[in-house]
Amino acid sequence: MSEGHVYTAYHPRWLRQRISTYWWLEKPAYLAFILREASCVFVAWFVVYLLLLVDAVSGGAAAYAQFLAWSADAPILLLNVVSFLFVVFHAVTFFDAAPQAMVVHVGQTRVPGHLVLAGHYAAWAAVSVFVAWLLASGQ
Amino acid sequence: MGERIRLQVARYRPEQESEATFDEYEVPCPKDWVVLDGLNHIKDRIDGTLAYRWSCRMGICGSCGMTVNGEPKLTCATFLADYAPGPVRVEPLRNFPVIRDLVVDIGDFMRKLVKIKPWIVRQAEKPLADGEYLQTPQELEEFKQYSMCINCMLCYAACPIYGLDPKFLGPAAIALAQRYNLDNRDDGAGARMATLSEHEGIWGCTFVGECTQVCPKHVDPAGAIQRYKLSAAVESMKSFFLPRGA
Repeated sequence: MSEGHVYTAYHPRWLRQRISTYWWLEKPAYLAFILREASCVFVAWFVVYLLLLVDAVSGGAAAYAQFLAWSADAPILLLNVVSFLFVVFHAVTFFDAAPQAMVVHVGQTRVPGHLVLAGHYAAWAAVSVFVAWLLASGQ
Repeated sequence: MGERIRLQVARYRPEQESEATFDEYEVPCPKDWVVLDGLNHIKDRIDGTLAYRWSCRMGICGSCGMTVNGEPKLTCATFLADYAPGPVRVEPLRNFPVIRDLVVDIGDFMRKLVKIKPWIVRQAEKPLADGEYLQTPQELEEFKQYSMCINCMLCYAACPIYGLDPKFLGPAAIALAQRYNLDNRDDGAGARMATLSEHEGIWGCTFVGECTQVCPKHVDPAGAIQRYKLSAAVESMKSFFLPRGA
């Protein structure tokens, strides 16, 4: 089907609607989707940051102190604050999607979606409490 | 019938023009009139050349899907009074080629629908004397939601992935595949997997989620796709770790 051919009764000329490059600004839901997709970059940054932390800890007290000083620099601090917000956004939207993807049965009964969601948040809270306990007990 | 509302209707007359234009019509706006009533009023009383699809007028046939003020809607279930004082902009469904005015070419969806074998596939039929295939309410509940799809294609119009990559199998086709995969009378999941697990199948979906938001029958195609992704990933892991079967 070429764009240039002549219309005939038995060979209609279709109109192709173009999609704007900025389609993701048309609806808040599309924008939220693009931000969620972009959040993976910040998740990746946190993985790199964690590896740098482990490397600094293994390098001894001086390397660790240098890592802390570098982390306190304004650009790194700003990057980490933005990354944290994106990672929370990533986690919340990921958890919100879980009940749609996970169909859990207990015996013959299907577990309602809000309980699947609650399970995810409970697991998140449990891991957070464990990490907090680990940090507090190491003081 | 005192209240009136303006409808801005997209027109495309391929024998005359190469771009869509808008014609404006004023129609009555009683509280029980839907957008489709407005279009029928135009067709019957003002301009008989307007082309659009409709049939049942009760949200069953799925043929009157259009873009109303930028949102994919069934025009038989979208009340004019909700858009008062107007104007209401009526355009063809997005992401499909337009044939004329508000009529789009749905051939792409029909070809994709057949690919997922939307019927019950049996490896072997049991003898008639054994009676019907019985199903418990729980077994019915597993797929009933997906069986409510009326092929209206609002989900395709809402899906930016389909708009950007027309090869994507799309929300309704995958939800209907799940409707049969989850039916305990069906043996066709393996036959459907080749189509569903292609890059343009379930993995094309990045879970924008708008298909579920616009679905007039609450089918939740986005949920169907993510559910299939999860089960496909589990099957893939199983075949990797347990190559000889569980």
